[in-house]
Amino acid sequence: MSELVTQRQSGLQKKYRFTEAKRNAISGYLYIAPFFILFAIFDIFPMFFSFYLGFQKWNGLGEMKFYGLRNFELIFTDPIFWESIWNTFIIGIISTVPQLIMAIILAFVLNSRLLRFKNFFRVSYFLPYITSVVAVTLIFKIIFSNHETGLVNILLNYLGFKSISWTTSYWGIKVAITIMIIWRWVGFNTIIYLAGLQSIPNELYEAATIDGASQVQQLRHISIPLLRPAITFTVFTSTIGSLQLFTEPLIFLTKNSIRQEGITMVLYLYRDAFERSNFGKASATSIVLFLIIVIVASLNYYLSNTIGTRKRRD
Amino acid sequence: MVKEYQLGLEKRRKSLSVGKVFLYLILFIGALCSLFPFYWMFVMATNPTHLIASIPPAVIPGSHTIENFRNVLNRIDFFGSMLNSLIVSAAVTFGQLFLCSLAGYSFAKIRFPGKKVVFAIVLGTMMVPKQLGLIPSYILVAKWLGWLGQLQSVIIPYLVGAFGIFWMNQYIKEAIHDELIDSAKIDGCSNFRIYYNIVVPNILPAFATLGIIVFMQVWNDFMWPMVMLPQLNNTTIMVALRNLNDLHASDYGMIMSGVFWATAPLIVIFLSFNRLFIESLTQGAVKG
Repeated sequence: MSELVTQRQSGLQKKYRFTEAKRNAISGYLYIAPFFILFAIFDIFPMFFSFYLGFQKWNGLGEMKFYGLRNFELIFTDPIFWESIWNTFIIGIISTVPQLIMAIILAFVLNSRLLRFKNFFRVSYFLPYITSVVAVTLIFKIIFSNHETGLVNILLNYLGFKSISWTTSYWGIKVAITIMIIWRWVGFNTIIYLAGLQSIPNELYEAATIDGASQVQQLRHISIPLLRPAITFTVFTSTIGSLQLFTEPLIFLTKNSIRQEGITMVLYLYRDAFERSNFGKASATSIVLFLIIVIVASLNYYLSNTIGTRKRRD
Repeated sequence: MVKEYQLGLEKRRKSLSVGKVFLYLILFIGALCSLFPFYWMFVMATNPTHLIASIPPAVIPGSHTIENFRNVLNRIDFFGSMLNSLIVSAAVTFGQLFLCSLAGYSFAKIRFPGKKVVFAIVLGTMMVPKQLGLIPSYILVAKWLGWLGQLQSVIIPYLVGAFGIFWMNQYIKEAIHDELIDSAKIDGCSNFRIYYNIVVPNILPAFATLGIIVFMQVWNDFMWPMVMLPQLNNTTIMVALRNLNDLHASDYGMIMSGVFWATAPLIVIFLSFNRLFIESLTQGAVKG
């Protein structure tokens, strides 16, 4: 037996040239290398190159020309750029707020005991989320058709309202896109809240009931505070998501008709780069967009933190 | 005290029996709103366009299923695009499962200098928004690497990701005991053998979760494939559907047929494994 062990050990020593610590270091770094290689090529390099390109004039083919701050000047004096920021924020607000409120209501209802068919409801609410944005937009594009025969227009006519030209009117585009976003995301957020609610121990509610707390009081003092992490998460993701809005308006407006009523920040950048071959200006836009995302994200973070601490002090 | 509690319970039970109908009503309206567009898509996919675009429109499934789909097949390479999407999604998923679990294992169980700092860097990279690099990435991949119109352009950049590494690291930390690894080491296992023979068999649930998240993301992805695979043929199904709509926007029956047959497989898979899907996609979201 002991012979076997010594044999094994000598076998070990023969097999490896390096010490254990060195071997660990080598494999440790080797296993994480693919990430850093791909990240350096496809993320880090483009990021820095973006900052470089933002100060050049380049159509993607010829020579680059140093352009100084001209690109930024062009952007900031372009009313359509401001329009795109306005559109992005307005769609972001009118889609995020109702979406989260609806999700909270559905989650609370779904969480109440004694209800049946829960899984059916869960699955139906979640189904829109697994559907691709492209498919969703194409379906809603026909439902929100400009013609009298579009489903929503039929409904509006039936109720005595005039038809709306959804892909050309100022609010029509925004409302149609907002409804698509809400439809796709309510279920996802509902399930997130539901998971949060289910993780709250039952004893808390029982104790509150014994102490005579009403349902509304329980909601305010138990459910909502304990749901805070889930709420913070969903607010954060929907904010970032709405700042990056792109596919819905692109497909809803179809090729070569990116109208200013529906243009978003990413769409503005895309149009400059891929329809007008103005890579310098598009890169400059992406720098501005990056800064806006950083500002909004940190504001978001700051707000959710301060609101939390104030609540805790009460 | 006890009496009060019982009274409270009774009150609650009573209010529930009245309110129950109301609760079901809310849930039912929610489900109706959620499911109606799917039903409508199916109705449109099975009816000729002139019946869809009329007053009143067709409201029940029709008999035009095959004609509509034949029109799709005449206009775009539907099956080729589906196959491309499958290849791309599967390749990225396998790449991520392998490379992310390997890196996650490295962070979770192998001791090497500077690990904490490196891991913090990996997490930090999740904060970098992708759009910032959209244009330079396009220039790099399309012009300098010359991958424009080729599938590797939408596969290779996504083969490994920070989120996957983070996820795998968390899971491996909890799922695999250090003793197990130590004893394997004493038996002379190399680090890779430990990964292959001990780690992999023990993290299959994490593979399922990450696999679903990544596959869905890549399958439904649109912006990058549209930029990299702009041609009418040899593209992913999402880009092909968009092309179909750009070229023939007024043929509703045909477009919805394309959307329906492109969406149906995923819906069927989702419905069959709905618990796993919902758990994976929300868990991944919350912990990420």
